[in-house]
Amino acid sequence: MSSPVEQFQIQKIITLPEIGGVDVSFTNSALFMVIAVCAATAFLFLGIRNAKLVPGRWQSMVELMYTFVADMLRDNVGKEGFRYFPFIFTLFVFVSFGNMLGMLPYSFTYTSHIAVTGTLALVVFIGVTIIGFSRHGLHFLRMFFPHGAPIATAPILIPIELISYFSRPFSLAVRLFANMTVGHIMLKVLAGFIVAMGVVFGVVPLAAVIGITILEFGIAFLQAYVFTILSCIYLNDAINMH
Amino acid sequence: MDETKKSPTLDDIETRLNAARSHKDARPGGSPREGRANAKGMGVAVRIGVELVCAVGVGVGIGYVLDRWLGTTPWLMALFLLLGGAAGVMNVYRVVKGLDDTIGLGQAIRRKEELENSSRQSEK
Repeated sequence: MSSPVEQFQIQKIITLPEIGGVDVSFTNSALFMVIAVCAATAFLFLGIRNAKLVPGRWQSMVELMYTFVADMLRDNVGKEGFRYFPFIFTLFVFVSFGNMLGMLPYSFTYTSHIAVTGTLALVVFIGVTIIGFSRHGLHFLRMFFPHGAPIATAPILIPIELISYFSRPFSLAVRLFANMTVGHIMLKVLAGFIVAMGVVFGVVPLAAVIGITILEFGIAFLQAYVFTILSCIYLNDAINMH
Repeated sequence: MDETKKSPTLDDIETRLNAARSHKDARPGGSPREGRANAKGMGVAVRIGVELVCAVGVGVGIGYVLDRWLGTTPWLMALFLLLGGAAGVMNVYRVVKGLDDTIGLGQAIRRKEELENSSRQSEK
């Protein structure tokens, strides 16, 4: 029986020559990212191709997705944040399509690799820091010292807040990666029990697998939501310095 | 009657949409943190672990880099280990109290209080 972590193995599909010592081969991870982008583009474009005032099922799904992200951005950042709507929307679509594609049998979940989630989190972190400094200049640093606290506590409070700030990309990346990896390993292990326990007793793990599959769909959506809403909250810090 | 049923006017649709929307907003909280209690509990548990470990790790990392740069091994690393632990506990406190991740614990607490006050007022 195959190992439960075999599904996360990166395989080269098209081997390309190294560029500057970096292996840029086209892997199964890259393939599924391309599939996700194509699927998302098709979903959005075909959904609004024949846009009607009273939307059909497909169009209302697209509109629901749009309003979902727009509401999230409005509630957490405010009107100013809509300049960054394209980025936040793309982030949500990319992560949620990656999570959902991973739920298909024989597919590859690119969000279960910390290289992918870490890169996304770093882009958010660095972007937000740049936005903060470009909008507020060095005043942005004032955020790290709370108003009204005695000045003598600064040497302790500022490093703590700074460390908390720098731990953001890590916690953002690890949360998404850990949730997706754990879920897929759990499914695989329980599915292995079905085979091992035979036809009669295998019904018990089969029922568990069905339940957990439904749960995993929920988690796939929830983690995309969490990733996006945290990006919104970080953006809010940078835009509306309190 | 039948005529209007077949093709409702724009105003009709508008009023119905607004009614549906106001109904949606009236629901308590309104935060779309749905999903089963299981998923929620596991999510919180994973988050607490991740937050604590990340902050300590980042603290140690900063201390290590500073030590190598300033040649003060191992004092800054020990100091930042403690600071990282403090930051980790602060982040866990935020998760448990349901605060958001804005910079500054005081601001996070204030934001939550404002949110609660505004939701309480809208309930009245």
